[in-house]
Amino acid sequence: MTTVPGAADRRRWDRERVENAVLGVLRWVTIVVLTVVSVFPFYYMVLLSVRLIQDVQLSPGSIIVNPGEIAFSAYTEVLKSVDEGGQGFVRLILISSAVAIATVIVTLTVSIPGAYAVTRLRFFGRRQVDALFLAVYLFPAIVLAIPLYVVLSRLELRGSLFALVLVYVAQTVPVTLYMLRGYFDTIPVSLEEAAQLDGNGRLGVIWRVSLPLSRPALAATALYVFMIAWNEYLFALLFMVERRDRWTVSLGLSQLAGSIEIPTTVLMAGSVLLTAPIVALFFAGERLLVEGLTGGAEKG
Amino acid sequence: MSRTTLEAPESEEAPKPPRRRTPLQRTEARTGWGLLTPTLLIVLVVVVAPILWTIVLAFQRVRVIDLQRRGMTGPWTMRNLDRVFGSPGFWDTLWTTVVYSVGGVALSISIGLVAALAVRHPFRGRTFVRASFLLPYIAPVVGATFVWQTMLNPEYGVLNAWGTRFLGWDRPVDFLNEISGSLWGVNVPTALLTVIVFEGWRYFPFAFLFLLARMQALPADLEEASRVDGATPTQRFRHVILPQLLPTIAVLTVLRFVLTFTKFDDVYLLTGGGSGTEVVSVRVYDFLTSRGDIGAASAEALVLAVALAVFVLIYLRIAGPGRES
Repeated sequence: MTTVPGAADRRRWDRERVENAVLGVLRWVTIVVLTVVSVFPFYYMVLLSVRLIQDVQLSPGSIIVNPGEIAFSAYTEVLKSVDEGGQGFVRLILISSAVAIATVIVTLTVSIPGAYAVTRLRFFGRRQVDALFLAVYLFPAIVLAIPLYVVLSRLELRGSLFALVLVYVAQTVPVTLYMLRGYFDTIPVSLEEAAQLDGNGRLGVIWRVSLPLSRPALAATALYVFMIAWNEYLFALLFMVERRDRWTVSLGLSQLAGSIEIPTTVLMAGSVLLTAPIVALFFAGERLLVEGLTGGAEKG
Repeated sequence: MSRTTLEAPESEEAPKPPRRRTPLQRTEARTGWGLLTPTLLIVLVVVVAPILWTIVLAFQRVRVIDLQRRGMTGPWTMRNLDRVFGSPGFWDTLWTTVVYSVGGVALSISIGLVAALAVRHPFRGRTFVRASFLLPYIAPVVGATFVWQTMLNPEYGVLNAWGTRFLGWDRPVDFLNEISGSLWGVNVPTALLTVIVFEGWRYFPFAFLFLLARMQALPADLEEASRVDGATPTQRFRHVILPQLLPTIAVLTVLRFVLTFTKFDDVYLLTGGGSGTEVVSVRVYDFLTSRGDIGAASAEALVLAVALAVFVLIYLRIAGPGRES
């Protein structure tokens, strides 16, 4: 394609230049606006948690706090145990952590062999299994909530943390399978074959070859499952609401909001305690996570 | 997460059921099923069996009070479904759910696309910007909804404080509790619009991640060729980049629609389903907990699931079996 210098050609260059200039500016405007929009609510959450409620009501529009005015009274109230007149969040955090860690362990334990099977082995019914897990992933939690609520009520298991973990495992297995599979696919088959020649069975191959090679993948998957379990709200609400001693952080915080006498600053302090661990974990494993989640999107 | 790989038929390795299996294939099949057993067992017990039972429940008259005294099934009845379709509230709720889903999905995917285009080429601080974009998606829903409630609060929320001071609003707007208000002289459903905006904010990172991953995997030579041919940036986007993104956008649309259509947490926590924001999932929850009417809740949930399945099937008929993804 040769370009002939002429009027049309000049016009094109003009348009190119104008567009480049406009888009160059727009691009930065977009980046700044979207970053502010994404970050500001979390900044505001932290800000309100260290201000006094009187100050917030007096000047609701101010978004900076003088170092001299920073107050941690909201945090002490949230973290103090219920007996001492606080909200007992330490206990909630421990319960949420235990539930999330148990979910991670069980989910990974059952998913690793399963992911290996659907990646490496050819067997009749594999496609159907795939379809089943996709359906489970897309199936509405609210529909599932009804029969589980009924069954657990009948078995008198409502309020059992074990049942809650089991439900979380079922919810996270499809995502885990999908993520792990993306990694197991990248492991050269020849390595596995060599391990088999050395006399390892399938489980031995998984244990000695696949797992050591996919350590980052396991970390990313574990992180993601932890985040799902820690953030989950609906099932915690349905199963646990009557058992105050077993509330998770999400549930405890949402129950706080119902009471009139809790000031907003305390709610925000609770929100920070709920959100900060997840944000910290995410930043620690951000690269791993982003690659793990979208790894499959680039193929084909 | 995007299941594009799952949906794509794996033509090159799809195992055809062999007519005569060798002993080796039999062993492999046995091993495969053996390794899958724990996963399958959990999913079957916790998900598949309860779903089948919901279908049974939808045709029974069950209330929470009866639970202690009866078996798993009772006499069959069509009353629940009659009541679901007969109550005007249900159709309003279904309509609200459709508006909420379409609005939320359109908003989150368009913001996600704009965000992906903006950070497509490297610049200083890109890693930080990309990580910030993901915050709304990874944050716990209870924390995110609370901070929005606080920001939008008419008495001490920052948005109303600024709106009345800088933007000349004559009075604070109660975004989450006002059924309708006027925006530039047009009547709009304020609360519903607010939850849709929240949905766009919370899920744009999801679309952003996948669109960015797709963009970075695009072959550079096509774009280079169009640049040499004199296409301007907007023309390049319109004719070169966008067509290559369409399959990803299509998959994202379906995935997000399916997940938003049955979303419970966001609306329940933001408005409790009041002020014209009652979506089907919140209604089902109310039937189940405050009215204790399990039969009606199951019937509603069933209708929801069927409506969803219909949408997905229509999509599959239009878009084909997702081969292009």
